[in-house]
Amino acid sequence: MSGADGGGRDGAAEARVTRVAGALVEAAPLPAAALYEQVLVGESGLAGEVIRTRGEIAVVQLFEDSDGLELGEPVERTGSTLTAELGPGLLGSVLDGVGRPLELIADETGPFIEPGSSARTLDRERTWAFTPERSAGEEVAPGDVLGHVRETPEIAHQVLVPRDGGGILAGIDGGEYAVDEPIGRMEDGRELTLLRRWPVRRPRPAGERLPADRPFVTGQRVFDLLFPVAEGGSVSVPGGFGTGKTVVEQTLARYGDADVIVYVGCGERGNEMAELLSEFPELEDPRTGRPLMERTVLVVNTSNMPVVAREASVYLGITIAEYYRDMGLRVALLADSISRWAEALREISSRLQEMPGEEGYPTYLADRLGKIYERSGRVRVPGSPERAGALTLITAVSPPGGDFSEPVTQASLRVAGGVWALDSELANQRHYPAVDWETSYSLYEEQTGEWFAGEVAPDWPEVRRDALELLDRERDLREIVNLVGPESLEDDDRLLLEAARMLRELVLAQNAFDPVDAYSPPEKTHLLTSLILDYRRAAADVLEEGVEFVRLKTGPVREAVRRVRQAPEDELDERARRAQELVAEVPRGEPAGGTGKPTDEAPERGDDGEPEPPEEEGGP
Amino acid sequence: MTIPRVHHGVAAARGPLLFLDGTRRAVMGEWAEIETEEGRSLRGQVIEAGREVTVVQVLEETLGLAPGDVEVTLTGRLATAAVGREMLGRVFSGNGVPLDDLPEPAGAESRPLSGRPMNPVRRDRPSDFIETGISVIDGMNTLVRGQKLPVFSGPGLPGLELAARVVEGARIPGDRPFAVIFVALGITERETRRFLDRFRGSDVMTRTTLFLNRAADPTIERLLAPRHALSLAEHLAFDEGMEVLVVSADITHYCEALREISAAREEMPGRRGFPGHMYTDLASLFERAGVVEGRDGSLTQMPVLTMPNDDITHPVPDLTGYITEGQIVLGRELHRRGLFPPVDVLPSLSRLMNAGVGEEKTVADHRAWADQLYAVYSRGRDARETAAIVGEGGLPDEDRRALEFADRFEEAFVHQGEERRTVEESVEIGWGLLRDLPRDDLGRIDDEVWSRHGEGRDRSGAGRTEREDEP
Ligand SMILES: Nc1ncnc2c1ncn2[C@@H]1O[C@H](COP(=O)(O)OP(=O)(O)OP(=O)(O)O)[C@@H](O)[C@H]1O
Ligand SMILES: [Mg+2]
Repeated sequence: MSGADGGGRDGAAEARVTRVAGALVEAAPLPAAALYEQVLVGESGLAGEVIRTRGEIAVVQLFEDSDGLELGEPVERTGSTLTAELGPGLLGSVLDGVGRPLELIADETGPFIEPGSSARTLDRERTWAFTPERSAGEEVAPGDVLGHVRETPEIAHQVLVPRDGGGILAGIDGGEYAVDEPIGRMEDGRELTLLRRWPVRRPRPAGERLPADRPFVTGQRVFDLLFPVAEGGSVSVPGGFGTGKTVVEQTLARYGDADVIVYVGCGERGNEMAELLSEFPELEDPRTGRPLMERTVLVVNTSNMPVVAREASVYLGITIAEYYRDMGLRVALLADSISRWAEALREISSRLQEMPGEEGYPTYLADRLGKIYERSGRVRVPGSPERAGALTLITAVSPPGGDFSEPVTQASLRVAGGVWALDSELANQRHYPAVDWETSYSLYEEQTGEWFAGEVAPDWPEVRRDALELLDRERDLREIVNLVGPESLEDDDRLLLEAARMLRELVLAQNAFDPVDAYSPPEKTHLLTSLILDYRRAAADVLEEGVEFVRLKTGPVREAVRRVRQAPEDELDERARRAQELVAEVPRGEPAGGTGKPTDEAPERGDDGEPEPPEEEGGP
Repeated sequence: MTIPRVHHGVAAARGPLLFLDGTRRAVMGEWAEIETEEGRSLRGQVIEAGREVTVVQVLEETLGLAPGDVEVTLTGRLATAAVGREMLGRVFSGNGVPLDDLPEPAGAESRPLSGRPMNPVRRDRPSDFIETGISVIDGMNTLVRGQKLPVFSGPGLPGLELAARVVEGARIPGDRPFAVIFVALGITERETRRFLDRFRGSDVMTRTTLFLNRAADPTIERLLAPRHALSLAEHLAFDEGMEVLVVSADITHYCEALREISAAREEMPGRRGFPGHMYTDLASLFERAGVVEGRDGSLTQMPVLTMPNDDITHPVPDLTGYITEGQIVLGRELHRRGLFPPVDVLPSLSRLMNAGVGEEKTVADHRAWADQLYAVYSRGRDARETAAIVGEGGLPDEDRRALEFADRFEEAFVHQGEERRTVEESVEIGWGLLRDLPRDDLGRIDDEVWSRHGEGRDRSGAGRTEREDEP
């Protein structure tokens, strides 16, 4: 007994293919086929699922390419819906949209994928040392922890009582087991194994929803500082092509603070996956020193892989994420891109000749999307011991033409708790991450603000507020400058513009490929922001004393802050101290005429050799 | 697979589609041969197999075809492309038929026309450089083996010419075997003749195959041409171990053909009438680029497209941009000023550049050099806009220098006319332009890098604000 769904194949031996149109197949007679039941189609056993029945006829969508399928080939029922195999061994694996390890498929058919693989998610040969935590004679309920398996040095994989399997334990023994071997038995005779199955389209039951109590720390300044996401929260990341969605998702997969990362490459590029796959086994998790791959599950269905499996891939990913959440872990699901999932849905719907809604998407688009987002959250997991798990969801959205008014973006915005809107204009200026601070938002700032105040710096909420205010004021001032020209600016306005520019270039911009700056711990984020805000205050006092703005030397200040940002760990304190001194001192030079700009704009000399985003027009 | 079956007459015909009824046996995707009454022989493919109706898409002109009088043979074979090394040096139609009066190639092997998805776990990361001979590409938006890097052109802009120049000029450093496949999509007779004259007999032809799909050819052939080319490319790259570059132009014609066929199939039109599955369809072409672990070759693509109305949000450039790894964007203003190639550096980006440049691959300090050129140029372009309002005199000194730099950069670096440049030559031109600026204007370059490239110049930059001041 190993999961929610029973097996069983009942008399459907006669069913044959009667029609093939792309990914849709009709088979008859399949009178009693259940909706979403999985079937194996044709001699080569192509995977498919029933999506509609009409009397004797079942309409099946194929997760694989149908070329070469002939009328009259047999169709076999499996008795179960599309299920995820869950158990130890998921971590580190790379699965296609329906859960087949791509490594096994490659072993079968080489570098190019041929349809019809029957590879299973979990390796049946590999054994795991199981340590029971309950004993024979005890009564257990669904979700109770039976024991654990050390899946990786960091993760004690909790083995739970199946959702449909409470009762009295007749026996349970520690030892080395393959995932399908019995580790114990219930009194009613059912066997227990390490393997669970779960229908991917059905949310795993979660107990009470718990309030967010801490952020999902991303190590990206613009997110942690301005638009934080809570653990268990959801964020949508819309942006036109090339604005940096994938870099955001991959950066979070590297540096995001979570126990387990599930990354779904949904209808995107093969080379991007190759990049993850070549780096993750080598890269270390900054917190544990273990290879990143050990905390990662990759679900990969690139844009040229079958469309129906693309639609399924998101559900598979989220089911795996929920499974680890149920162990009481902090899980992040990163999906790139949910638009490709929606397009797959549209392709299928249009083949079924359903009534199209907006832009051809089926009318149930928003509903389905909402249900995906609903599966994120921080919850009390049913079962004992008492535990909370969190599933954070970050999804990229790819609006056609970069137009956010389109249905998928709009449907995402309605359900997401935060939006990191990426802007083509900023990306064109090579300001990355190209997060538009005017249209982005987060509904989690309050709860996360308390955590940051407690764990990082008591004045975190004020620093955040001041930074946002500075950016707001900058926008207003720029409008004025555009209307009446820079001459009308007061000196303190000029100072403000300069400070805002520092904030944008030194705090908000963050090069994901810079070995030092790719990850910014919240402490550093706070430090850099404070330096700039402090400078603005100190310099405002100096202006107050009657010193002209043109005399302020901002170059050395920028350089000092930049050096803090690029500091190797052992030099951080020293550089921070020097920068603080400089900020307090407010360096000045002799007045010079003419340009209305600070006279000695020191260039951003790259003493650390890192590429810098080009300067924007900052001043008047 | 199944034996051939012959159908006399079809129930209906609509556009390129034939509807056969009462087919007991049909194979999805199988190849069909159609004989017309007057003895024409056409090719087609089963796009829907059904007991009640089977739909054959005819891959050639169907005008004047009488449904009752055709004879359709379902062959039982799937669509494949004949491929082989001997196809280098040859010219074919979009359908893979020789246009050079030579016999059909023996086609040592055949591959599925639509290819099979490359398994992501068997991909290697692209990491080596292809020299196109074009400064703005090699220098600032480097093309990397296994990448797909499109050119976004506009109506009347020389996208096709740039494609042809890359076909002629592309080289691979070292002695790796190299092949270029050029797919012309929907080109005019005049252009066809021009390409033939230009390439046939030229010394690059031996490493080149041309697939020429002409505007007058049946629409459907436009959809096949890139697939023939890519099947050959996959063979050369992954069976024969060659480095292969596929240049195709114009993808906009391809997309229009897709729209036309989709309309004939009565599919739901999406944005601007293009089908909802266009993203998936284009991905099925562009994703065939890549490098396979443990094999020698690589497949790189440079598709050229025209942005209708210069509109980058149009579905053709938009969906392409969502699939490819960067874009080279042509600018109308540069073209007007007679510069070739008129590449606008600011919106152009090769996302895989970092993987393909540097000491061992192109030249030392390539990245820092490119960042610096980009930074000054971008500042110069901003300054140009400001100057249009306040006049050049109103610009701060550094902005004025950046503006002058932008002019020279466009004329001396971007513009290269007929010339072919090696990457070293391109980069040296760039250093030359940078050396004309005071050291203080070059914030992206650190002292160590500068000590290698700033030779013979006043490094302090003090007192030097004008070009004329220089030795
Ligand atoms: N944080 C960053 N630091 C440095 N460069 C970045 C950053 N974010 C994005 N880029 C640059 O922008 C390019 C495009 O980013 P990315 O691939 O993430 O875009 P995308 O939004 O996923 O595009 P698409 O929708 O086409 O997939 C990257 O290749 C990189 O050059
Ligand atoms: Mg992306």
